[in-house]
This record gives sequence, structure tokens and C-alpha cells, in this order.
Amino acid sequence: MEVLDIIKPEHQVFCKTKLMTDTALSYCPGCGHGTAHNLTMEVVDELGIVEDTIGVAPVGCSVLAYDFMNIDMTQAAHGRAPALATAISRLWPKKYVFTYQGDGDLAAIGTAETIHACNRGENIVIIFVNNGIYGMTGGQMAPTTLPGMKTSTSPYGREIETMGSPLKMTELVANLPGTYYVTRQSVHTHKNVRKAKKAIKKAFENIRLKKGVSFVEIVSNCNSGWKMNPLESNQWMEENMFPYFPLGDIKVAGKLK
Amino acid sequence: MSELRLMKGNEALAEGAIRAGADAYFGYPITPQSEVIEYLMTERPEKRTGMIVLQAESEIAAINMVYGAASTGKKVMTSSSSPGISLKLEGISYLAGAELPAVIVNVVRGGPGLGTIQPSQADYFQSVKGGGHGDYKLYVLAPASVQEMSDFVEDAFDIAFKYRAPVLILSDGLIGQMMEKVMLKDQKERLTDKEIIKRYDRWAVTGKTNRKRNIITSLDLESEKMEARVHRLMKKYEQMEKEDLRFEKIECDDAEYLFVAYGSSARISQKAVQLARMKGIKAGLLRPITLFPYPKKVLFELANQVKGILSVELNAGQMVEDVRLAVEHKVPVEHFGRTGGIIHTPEEVLEALEQKIIKNGSIRHHKARASSIL
Repeated sequence: MEVLDIIKPEHQVFCKTKLMTDTALSYCPGCGHGTAHNLTMEVVDELGIVEDTIGVAPVGCSVLAYDFMNIDMTQAAHGRAPALATAISRLWPKKYVFTYQGDGDLAAIGTAETIHACNRGENIVIIFVNNGIYGMTGGQMAPTTLPGMKTSTSPYGREIETMGSPLKMTELVANLPGTYYVTRQSVHTHKNVRKAKKAIKKAFENIRLKKGVSFVEIVSNCNSGWKMNPLESNQWMEENMFPYFPLGDIKVAGKLK
Repeated sequence: MSELRLMKGNEALAEGAIRAGADAYFGYPITPQSEVIEYLMTERPEKRTGMIVLQAESEIAAINMVYGAASTGKKVMTSSSSPGISLKLEGISYLAGAELPAVIVNVVRGGPGLGTIQPSQADYFQSVKGGGHGDYKLYVLAPASVQEMSDFVEDAFDIAFKYRAPVLILSDGLIGQMMEKVMLKDQKERLTDKEIIKRYDRWAVTGKTNRKRNIITSLDLESEKMEARVHRLMKKYEQMEKEDLRFEKIECDDAEYLFVAYGSSARISQKAVQLARMKGIKAGLLRPITLFPYPKKVLFELANQVKGILSVELNAGQMVEDVRLAVEHKVPVEHFGRTGGIIHTPEEVLEALEQKIIKNGSIRHHKARASSIL
């Protein structure tokens, strides 16, 4: 196939969905956020629920998610997205309400809101992008930073004795009765992108069942924060992040796997 | 139907919220305001009007639920007491920045810190000087009776939606806990989802239809845009000062001495006015009903008429600063107030007027004036 043939729309496997705006992404080249955004919007588009979808943006790299996702959105204070989503979903019970949060937002400052929204079994989707670092503020240690991993606030590597262990938030919420679907995915290869999209689609479909929270973690790279090129960062993620944060479904239809 | 009942201030506020057609309440227990959420949970407004009541995991979650709920264009509120309000301040600042309508109630207790569960008015500064971060103000209503606890909820929602801004009802443990008769208003119908979309679809998150997407945020990374937002807020506050200032003048026409007091201190000072007049002292009371906007001009004018002013507050001296600013040193202004949860009596208030203003104040003031001239 000639190059010109390959780029014809009918031959494209991955392209920007019309629910993504034309605003240039603020993410570093190679970062997984763009793909995660696109997948979320593809799902909303394919399910035909754009008029009924309300998103909640976090504080962190994806604070400007509302600039890229062409849907109604509210931007939350740091960590509080699940509290906002709780209220929006209670007041618009037929809407598809989701939060899009990073690991600092969801697993550090917003731990209480995350756990309680999950425990109450709110009828919402939580998309949790975990790259083990605070990207936006310049690469500080996150609750999910791996042992020994160097960041600007753990310059000699994360010491378990003084800094604690990385928090497995996804396993934690899976053990709460209010979560219905809990899964961990990644978006660094085409195969993983397809799997992640399936998971996000399932999560949004679950809203119709009104059975509780659907929680999708996406383990992602932060090539800038990790000080690697995109390719190296994806490799490093496979070798270091995945053993600690294994991919796959953790809870399906309310049952732990 | 309107209805006469004997109620606690906190209960009257909760019933007032249901009758005002509120869509949701999010709260967290704290003394002395827990009756608000207890009353709501017992009344089951979800069955009466469809109003949603949720006990949050924290004050922080509660105010952020309010923020999320307010972004849908619905009538939402929360209530708390002093330490809880301190926790909510980040969320309140976000509400102001994102220009969302919401009602927040503070049934004040003594501080700082965990302080005391007894009544106090020590959150005046926090309420009218911003409190949270950034350039913003709250429209602040100060009820002085159980009746007003009930009535002010609807007034607060009206202002919140007129300006798309958070409104604070600043009560205290005395008004919240005491029982009085209250005439409850007729039930106001909640707006239907269709009506809400019709009214607020130009800004609220209702789901993107054929219009441009609606975004609720307080973030503007471009300085010019952020400054424009701040200017927009300041314009609202100017308009509030012009159109929605509220105060009450009691026995001011011939007054030679003036009490300035709000909320529970206004009730006590009103009695002190009576006691003073029985002794032949021509005292009057200016009661600010809104603490922002503040009746600055009225005070400035009254200062031409009276010989001295006593600011009566259940705190160590907060509003007195605004009284002094308003009267521009035309007459002596002193503060009187108890703290720690102790409530001053009308007799103590009158005695303070006699000691601080009538006996010493004017002399000291003239001396100060003289020395400043020299």
C-alpha cells in the first residue's frame, strides 16, 4: 500500500474523534493522556450519549481536559472530582457522569472523596490515569511513585522506610461494596489501546445498570517527569510499573476476580 | 400552606430550605448546627418535594458536592459551624471564582481552633473579608430571629441566582438553638428539569446539545482573561452594594448614642436601647442585615447626628473596624463584646455604652482630636 493510501480515512485504525476539539493538546509528545482522552470521547460518541454526558476535570496535567473534550464539563478543586460527580449524578440521575483524574489528584489529596464515592456506590465512571508522578507541577513524588524511583522530591529514590509504599488505589476500591467494575489498563501499544477502549466502553455502559462505580485505571507514562524519551518510558513502564500495577480486570459485575 | 410553628432556628432554616424549593442539601454534622441535617433526614424532603439530602464524608466533600451540584443550575446549599466553614473555604472560593449560585450557612461557635460549641460572632472577618483565597466577596445575610432563619433561605437563593454567586447566611449558636414562633411560607415548587434547562442552559452543565459546550471552571491561565474575570466579580459586588443592601434602623430618629449590632447581638442591643431610654439616654440601634454589602453611608450619615457609637459583637472586636472606617472618625467608636461563648446581657451592653462612650469616649475623642490638631 502506498503512503497516500494508508492515510485515507477508511484505512486509519486510530484517529481523532469528532468529540475531541481542534485545540492543540497541552500534553508532552509521547504522553498517554491524549490517547486516554480520545478513547473516552470515542466511547461517548459511539454510545450516542453526548447530550447526556457530563465530565469532571481534575487538577493536574489534565486540568484542561475541558478544552479538548467537546462536552459539558465542570472543573473540580484538587482531588474533589468524585464529590462533584456524586452531586451531579444525584441531580441529573439519567446522565452519564464521569471523572478524569491523575494519581496525585485521586490517590493523594482526593483519597477520602474517592473512597467514599466508591463506597456509596455512586452511579459514575472514574477514569484514573496513573503515571507515578506529579506531572504538571514538575515531577514530584506521587502516592504511586515506585520504590527507589527518583523524582524532584525523592531525588535519591523513594525510600519505603520514610516515604511509604506506592498506594494501590485500584485494588483498594475493588474491595469496597460500591464498586461494580474495576480494571487496570494501559494505552502504550495498539493492542492495549483496543483493550482500554473496551474497558472504558463497558464502564460507560454500566451506568445504565445503576449498580455502582465503574473504575478504570490507565497506567501511563510520563516521559518528561521520568526524564526519558517516549519509547524508553514505555519500555520502563512495562518493566517496572506493570509488575507493581498488573494490568487486567480486578472486579467484574460486582465480583472480585 | 403557610403555617405558624414553634421551632428551633436550625429546624426553621431546614424547613425554610424545603419550602424555598431547594433541590439539594449536602452537609456534615457539627455542633451547634447538626439539627439542620437531622431535621432534613427526618423530614424526607425527597418524598415531599424531590429535594436531595446527602450526608457527606467531610465538610470538604460537602462543599465540593455543592460546587458540582451548583454547576447543574439547580438550587443547592450546605450548612456548618465555624471550624467546618474554615474547611469549606477552598470550595467557597471556587464557587465565587467559577461564578456559581449556592447558599452556605454558618451557625457560628466560638474560636479559634476547636474553640467552644457555645454561640459566638467571631467569624465576621472570615465572612466579609473573603475568608478563602483570591479576590472575592460573599453576599452575607445575618438573621436575628428564628423567623429570619427560615425566611432568609429563599432570599439567599434569589440573590445567589441573580448574581450567579455564593451567598452566606451568617447565623450563630444562639439563633440556631433557640426556639421561637415562626410563620412558615407556602411551599414553593421546585423547578422541573425542563425549566432548569430553559433558564440556565446558557451556562450550566446540562448535557451538550446543539449549543456550544458549557464549561464550569475558575481557571484562566491567560492573565488578561483572569483579570477580566476578577473585574466581572467586582462589578457584581458593586451592583450588590447599589441594589441589595439591607439594614434596619431602630429608634434612630432622635438618637444621641448609637449601637451597631447584627444577629443575636442586635436582639440584645434592641433591649439595651429600651433600658437606655428608660434611663433618659436617647439610644438607637443600627442593625446591618447584610454584612456585605455593609450600610456604610447610613452609618456615615448617622455619625453626623450621634455623639458616639458602640459596636456590640460576640467577639473580641471585628465589625468595629468597619464601623470606624464608615464614620471616618467623626465620632468616637468603641467595641463591646464577650467571647468564649458567653452572651452579654442588655444591662452589660448599656453599661458599656455609659462607660466607654458617654463617660470616657467623648472626652478621649476630643483629646485625641486636640492632640492631632496640635
